[in-house]
Amino acid sequence: MRVAVPVFPGTNCEHDTVHALRGVGAEAELVWHRETDLSGCEGVVLPGGFAHGDYLRPGAIARFSPVMAEVKRLAAEGKPVLGICNGFQILCEAGLLPGVLLQNRDLRFICRPVRLVVVSTSSMITRALQPGTVLTLPLNSYEGNYTAEVEEFARMEAAGQVVLRYCDERGRPTRASNPNGSQGNAAAVANSSGNVAGVMPHPERASERVLGSADGRRLLESFVASRARV
Amino acid sequence: MKVTVHVTRRSDIADPQGGAVAAALRDLGFAEVAAVRVNRRIDLEVHGTDPEVLEQRVTEMCERLLANPVMEDYQVVVTG
Repeated sequence: MRVAVPVFPGTNCEHDTVHALRGVGAEAELVWHRETDLSGCEGVVLPGGFAHGDYLRPGAIARFSPVMAEVKRLAAEGKPVLGICNGFQILCEAGLLPGVLLQNRDLRFICRPVRLVVVSTSSMITRALQPGTVLTLPLNSYEGNYTAEVEEFARMEAAGQVVLRYCDERGRPTRASNPNGSQGNAAAVANSSGNVAGVMPHPERASERVLGSADGRRLLESFVASRARV
Repeated sequence: MKVTVHVTRRSDIADPQGGAVAAALRDLGFAEVAAVRVNRRIDLEVHGTDPEVLEQRVTEMCERLLANPVMEDYQVVVTG
């Protein structure tokens, strides 16, 4: 599976992302944000960082980078498109995912491992997992507080578009286990067809045991396996 | 011409930054502070002479880039 990993000025997780994707069997390659042709690519992962300096709002300027037209085309064709952290923010600004990521509830940059529970398998990153599975991934963000219109969020929950929630050690999405104030403890959401997803913690930084957790690998394996299903 | 855009967080969206500033002001003894919202002002210099056209164009800029309607409102003021 050929996966494009777009690099914007200010992106900083692209090499980890390519490394982790290669580890699960994808042919991942970096593409500059000015690229206008992703033909031959069967998926996209937008990596984390601070695209275009996060100026104005995170993702607000990246959304208009030339490569995004191709990302939108692939998304519309049903190809898997994943945004990690800043990539998630870009997908929201681009209108490929509902909602927005606001500053963390306590206005602190959060950098620590968090627990996540799989609540829906309707997205390409969770399709290969069992609901109720608890994963540990590092969170590394200031604007990670997921927020959508109340009615829209209710629709998303009913449709299984909230795919991972921050949770405690027993898999319960409690208020105390919500690190950043995200609505409904949402840590990852998907579009209605499940081929576009955004995840705030970093699966690529937890993709080998030497990194402390290999749980992120399961999400990336699911992403790569999803090609056969779309 | 000069145009000012005020981008304000929608009233139904929490503003933790405003909350922190309000708490700090009260700590400093400004007990009368009931609430604070921290907003953004963007000043533009734009070529053109017709204020109506300018307002329309800058409104389009707000819709496409300067504001995110999911969380923000905006106001365009042509200042001359």
